[in-house]
Amino acid sequence: MSDLYAWAAIGLVSVASTTGDVLLSYSMKRVGDVGELWKSRGPLVVVGRVLTTPTFALGVLAMAVAFYSLLFGLSWGNLSLVAPASASLTFVFNAVAARIFLQERVGRRRWMAALLVAAGVALMAF
Amino acid sequence: MTFRKYLVLAGVAVFATVGDSLLARGMKGLGNVNVSLHNLSGLLLAILNPWVAAGILLLLAFFSCYMAALSWADLTYVLPATSLGYVLVALVAHFGFHEVISWTRWLGIGLITAGVGFVAAGPSVTPIHHGEIADVPSRTVFPEAKS
Repeated sequence: MSDLYAWAAIGLVSVASTTGDVLLSYSMKRVGDVGELWKSRGPLVVVGRVLTTPTFALGVLAMAVAFYSLLFGLSWGNLSLVAPASASLTFVFNAVAARIFLQERVGRRRWMAALLVAAGVALMAF
Repeated sequence: MTFRKYLVLAGVAVFATVGDSLLARGMKGLGNVNVSLHNLSGLLLAILNPWVAAGILLLLAFFSCYMAALSWADLTYVLPATSLGYVLVALVAHFGFHEVISWTRWLGIGLITAGVGFVAAGPSVTPIHHGEIADVPSRTVFPEAKS
């Protein structure tokens, strides 16, 4: 029973955090290089521009869902299952989602990196 | 990529892993959070735990660095590149706290490091909108993923 809960939490964490990552990445690309913006216009403009990007709030909301699912998952299931499994899945989901929704060029190099890191993160649990 | 940008990426890795560890430490101390709508206060009270509070503070620092990184680099670059935090935690546990690391964890450390090397050697932004080809098309690896 607690296994089922744990895997439900893992699925929810992975999907929610991928959604959040994609929305936040999209938002920040629209804001532009914050380092340059900070230098030319100052910190207030940076914060203002980030906060007034509508997709940013949605991204934070998705991240909050992921965060609380992880908190629940950690109290239900084993830390050594829930944390690495959801982290590992998130790398794979993100590579797919970034390609589809952000039109990033996920080439052989990026795929290798995502899969190696996902496998490595999963192995770290043992 | 400038030195300052690598520092921001390092910040993402370090703040995320240390913040997560503190959170996990705090939540373990609280025991099972009874999840029902009648016990939402129990969840909100978790923030009063000092470990949880410190963890949240560090995760805020992580979030700032993460947003900065995403403003000038691809998501599929930032995520693998900042996964070195996992390796960092294991190495600190081993050399700092003399924890035994199993061979599967060493293998995991190797794979993550290799993955970071792979992505870091490539471009941080794929300028698809500027009409340049910066990376190998993915159909060479995943024919079914052809759009």
